[in-house]
Amino acid sequence: MAWYKDTYDWLERRLQLEKPIKDAVMHPVPTRTASWWYVFGSASLTLLILQVVTGILLALVYVPSGGHAWQTLQVLNYQLPLGWFLRAMHGWGSNFMVAVVLIHMAQVFLFGAYKFPRELTWILGVFMLLLTLGMAFTGQVLRFDQDAYWGLAIGASIMGRVPFVGGALVDIMLGGPIIGSETLTRFFALHVFVIPGILLFFTALHVWMVVVLGVNEWPVPGRIVRRSTYMREYHELTHKDGLPFVPEAVWKDLFFSAAILFAVAFCAAVFGPYGPTGVPDPSIIQTVPKPDFFFLWIYTVLSYLPPSMETPFILIVPAVAVAILIALPFVAGVGEKSWWRRPIAVFAVMFIAVCFSVFTQLGTSTPWSPHMSAWSGAAVPVEYLHSRTPLERRGALVFQQKQCRNCHALGGVGGQRGPELGDVATRLTEDQMIRQVLLGGGNMPAYGSALSPTETTALVRFLDTMHPNYQPAAGDASRGVVQTGDVPPHSTVERGGGEQNAPH
Amino acid sequence: MDESLTTPSPEHEPQRDEAGISRRTFLMKVGIALNAIVGIAIATPVVVYLVGPVLRRGEYRHWISVGDVSEFHPGETKLVTFRNPFRHETDGDTANVPAYVRCTAPGKFVVFAINCAHLGCPVRWFSESQLFMCPCHGGVYYADGSRASGPPERGLFTYEARIEGGQLMIDAGQMPTLSNRAMAVPCPGSVQTNGTQVATNLVTRIAPWPGTKTPTIG
Repeated sequence: MAWYKDTYDWLERRLQLEKPIKDAVMHPVPTRTASWWYVFGSASLTLLILQVVTGILLALVYVPSGGHAWQTLQVLNYQLPLGWFLRAMHGWGSNFMVAVVLIHMAQVFLFGAYKFPRELTWILGVFMLLLTLGMAFTGQVLRFDQDAYWGLAIGASIMGRVPFVGGALVDIMLGGPIIGSETLTRFFALHVFVIPGILLFFTALHVWMVVVLGVNEWPVPGRIVRRSTYMREYHELTHKDGLPFVPEAVWKDLFFSAAILFAVAFCAAVFGPYGPTGVPDPSIIQTVPKPDFFFLWIYTVLSYLPPSMETPFILIVPAVAVAILIALPFVAGVGEKSWWRRPIAVFAVMFIAVCFSVFTQLGTSTPWSPHMSAWSGAAVPVEYLHSRTPLERRGALVFQQKQCRNCHALGGVGGQRGPELGDVATRLTEDQMIRQVLLGGGNMPAYGSALSPTETTALVRFLDTMHPNYQPAAGDASRGVVQTGDVPPHSTVERGGGEQNAPH
Repeated sequence: MDESLTTPSPEHEPQRDEAGISRRTFLMKVGIALNAIVGIAIATPVVVYLVGPVLRRGEYRHWISVGDVSEFHPGETKLVTFRNPFRHETDGDTANVPAYVRCTAPGKFVVFAINCAHLGCPVRWFSESQLFMCPCHGGVYYADGSRASGPPERGLFTYEARIEGGQLMIDAGQMPTLSNRAMAVPCPGSVQTNGTQVATNLVTRIAPWPGTKTPTIG
């Protein structure tokens, strides 16, 4: 007998793990579940292990101190051999993990796997999603740069909106009066001990339940889940027409996990680590803070909410969303599993996916943010200055100097907060422009106190030239009425409709 | 190797005394209770440790100089930076706190916090257009700190300020949010009635759109 067989036997006689492990991995699974659709759960586990390993390796160097964290990231990036690669693996691994967990969740939802008897598996999964997002947010804080600093400021401001206990929550979150070293050490403890500890424990329970309750069978229209008959039907399915999980189904999991690991390594090698961006010095205010990819949609929602809706929305909607996810298996715990018979479920997934994509896309382009350097960085395109009078050109200068450009684009360049002004004269008359500039309105500040009368005149004269391609300039119908005593023959202007049609 | 490590079958085990079991079960319960008592006794101070930052809130205010009064000229708004009075060795650059000092008249100052009243991002001052703009969600404020447009629900937060020995002092120490002391002080540019923000001083002279109650200011 070979020496390694002796060693194995010696260990096995003491550990006695062979039988339980064999029972677990050889448990029969329904034939059709040996599918590429069933690989996302195991891939999430693989990514979790990758995150733990790379996280431990990063912790060998990282110093969770407000004054030093950023420097240690520089050491990792530039001084330690392959330190940059480990940071990149950890960062990309986090992105992949959130993505794969979300795909896993969507798949499980569409396949009705949350129904009886797997309700608790789903509920644990909901908490594991929240923990994964918690890891992503706290991880972003540990990359202690400008984005992390202002991300914390946003987090603290959201906490501050909680009624009654908001102030206390902010203090507990920050660990002190301001964002500083105590804040970072708190998030370090959360990211490195608390959340991963809970996550690993939940993962163990989650996997345990998958093994003892069996993998969800492939949904077939008309096969109804009933509490009284399901266990017997599932037993028949797995024992008459089943496969042992190892090796008949597991090879797809292994292939996919390897592919995911390769994809993470590929992205890490090609795109490199995330940041860090500038030093976390709040006195450097020339910064445009932005959250990481998976929180961009929140960033978008927060900018589109009307002020009065904001606090209730921030505080209530997440709680309601989590409550819905937890209530789901209790409300819809039996019945059809097939997506062919669950149109609302399919629609819900599509709706959420479309919202997420659109909000994320908007979060990358941030059309609501003023472009802080457009006024000095983006010159007025030449075609808007050609054949203009000196007064009009003076107006172009006012237009740049008064930061109008930060919110208004010209020729496609500039802020998108307000409308592009390249054709403003086709929409507004001179009088309307003067009113709009001086009094503001429609989410535009009033410039009355920031402009002298001559500047206003020059600016409006410049804007009044903005009717390109021989488009007619906007006219004031009431002038025609005053002059001719009647509505112009081909006018679309309604009598007395002035107020409704007035710009707001 | 000829080891046998299998458990002996139940019939080989010695018979247990029923009374002994109930006595030991009782002792086990006492043991659990003892651990629970000790656990609570140990955990209570830990809770105090965790909420320490809340208990110390009252201390988070300190008068600190942001510069000589002569540095600020009437009509100007200037960015200043001070070291937060409550800081640790390890805070590094994070203890640098910026603020805007607006001098309205000789000897009259308003000091604004850098944090946007919406979600705390750093607002930037543009002296040409006399506006503060926030890079995050596009909140805009007038020179007097009152809300001009965008998502903020109030004007900029202000620090209490006074002049002492030629120095402009502010009462600082805590990041302003909607739920702490900063909220209690209305922005000087806003007229607060019943907790809602009405027209700002800058634009009160401007009438609403004729025939409607629609405010003309965003």
